[in-house]
Amino acid sequence: MPAAVREDFAEILRLVRPGARVLDVGCEDGELLELLTREKRVDGQGLEISPAGVSACLARGLAVVQGDGDRDLDHFPTRSFDYAILSKTLQQMRAPRHVLSELLRIADQAIVSVPNFGHWRMRVSLMARGRMPETRALPDPWWATPNIHLCTLRDFTDLTRELGIRVDACVALSGGKPARPIRPDGFLENWRSETALFLLSRAPENRPEAVPTDLFGAVALERPDVPRPPRRKAPRRRAPAAP
Amino acid sequence: MDAGAEASPERADGGETDGGTWRFPAAKPLRLDSGATLAPLEVAYKTYGRLNATKTNAILVCHALTGDQHAASVHPVTGKPGWWDKVIGPGLPLDPARYFIICSNVIGGCMGSTGPASPNPNTRQPYGLAFPVITIGDMVRAQAMLIEALGIETLLAVVGGSMGGMQVLQWAADYPEKLFSAVCIGAAPRHSAQNIAFHEVGRQAIMADPDWRGGAYETEGVRPEKGLAVARMAAHITYLSEAALQRKFGRELQRDGLSWGFDADFQVESYLRHQGTSFVDRFDANSYLYITRALDYFDLAAQHGGVLAEAFRKARGVRFCVLSFSSDWLYPTAESRDIVRALNAAGCRASFAEIETDKGHDAFFLDEPQLDRTLRGFFAATAQARGL
Repeated sequence: MPAAVREDFAEILRLVRPGARVLDVGCEDGELLELLTREKRVDGQGLEISPAGVSACLARGLAVVQGDGDRDLDHFPTRSFDYAILSKTLQQMRAPRHVLSELLRIADQAIVSVPNFGHWRMRVSLMARGRMPETRALPDPWWATPNIHLCTLRDFTDLTRELGIRVDACVALSGGKPARPIRPDGFLENWRSETALFLLSRAPENRPEAVPTDLFGAVALERPDVPRPPRRKAPRRRAPAAP
Repeated sequence: MDAGAEASPERADGGETDGGTWRFPAAKPLRLDSGATLAPLEVAYKTYGRLNATKTNAILVCHALTGDQHAASVHPVTGKPGWWDKVIGPGLPLDPARYFIICSNVIGGCMGSTGPASPNPNTRQPYGLAFPVITIGDMVRAQAMLIEALGIETLLAVVGGSMGGMQVLQWAADYPEKLFSAVCIGAAPRHSAQNIAFHEVGRQAIMADPDWRGGAYETEGVRPEKGLAVARMAAHITYLSEAALQRKFGRELQRDGLSWGFDADFQVESYLRHQGTSFVDRFDANSYLYITRALDYFDLAAQHGGVLAEAFRKARGVRFCVLSFSSDWLYPTAESRDIVRALNAAGCRASFAEIETDKGHDAFFLDEPQLDRTLRGFFAATAQARGL
């Protein structure tokens, strides 16, 4: 593997099974998908909002759909992928909770990385300066940041619990250092981890039913004689009471 | 039956190397979706570039409603450059140095393929309204016959915009095994009520022209030029966006001051009149009726039990690229997204991009850098995947 691979990409590359079907939400210029295709022979699909990113992906020979992770995930059939990847953009989504649920409707496992607002640099910066932190992980001033839904590791794990989502693996990523497996709800990890990468899934009994002949194509055509496919989400287990 | 010489298609041209006409004899009729048959059938086409030894570099280009096979060559009637000369040519996304590019005139057309102006074998007069109603599926079936006659088993790509894009979708539904990739630009999986409505205005304009003569104008030595021009004027508005019309013409006048009459005072009027009158020089009114009808009848989902995804069920091995234009209100982006959604549902490998432009539907043959980049990237990657 080339040395220049981004640390989060290297970790994702390690997690993904060879030959898997992968959806990369916000795939940018397709660097990760190309890497996964080359190294793991995945069947990859990208979703990217910028025209430049889409053109770059097409030139790399990748399948890419121009679209918005906030709006267009519901276009993908249920359980049509093994992995859905969302790298460092959950905090930029208008509805992160919905996006997280959608990722685990479309795919059996989701790989999601989030910057940790509970990292000590954030806390110290806010405490000492009394201003919104500007750190190497989140460098933009408050009025220019695309990050509208920041969270701490604890916030994120609370949400996964509430949504009945399992954390299959979690690693901390910190500025170029090797990925370090962590307990995502650990008190100290919430201070120490700059960014965390999660491998998420639902318990098999909570997975939505895969629809082998998904009728999605018919939905938009609104033919009265064709029954609409159920668009209901998977039945969710009530969130267990916090321990 | 003896598959003798009279059952084989033959060249019906001067043996040109860059196209010509194939004639399919009565023993090999074209079976139409309506149940009728069409024979003898002639398919006129142009080619650009050379077929390689392994026959893996052939690309079929499908033309739009009023297009023809002269995609990248000077039009024999108008003397104007080909309609897709921004895409096909040396150094362009479809470079004849690399690909063997085929473009055929659709059946029902008026540039050499069998259409309503062709002689009816029963009467030896032009068909007129005796020509059977055809569909996009019929056009594609005739193209498949041509491709077979040319000795090509699989196409590296089938590509087209507008009605050409619908043919691309039909190819993917009917002949997925013959396709390596498919590029559908500014099209829709079916004609909407608004699409049908605009076409009906055009058809009524033609049929209201006293020179239409119930479709028999050729035998009576007249042409419904006024009706066809009005049909073209109405349709042309749908090919442009409001912003493009405004930018191009605004309220600019032809001359200083108003005429206080009904001359073409405004530049936009003069432009549309020119579009109408120049169109009648190169197009046949009955062809316009038949081809607009084929478009109106197009509903790919309806052909597959109402489920669009079913149309692509067998096309999982095809690499799709679907493109739309942000200001296209004739076949808006939402309809291209329906196609992509169905492709995803069918498990096909699909790419989609919306080209940002204010030029409306016609953007697919105008100078659009983002379209150029996208096509360039897609074809280069496709050729590489095919080992070219």
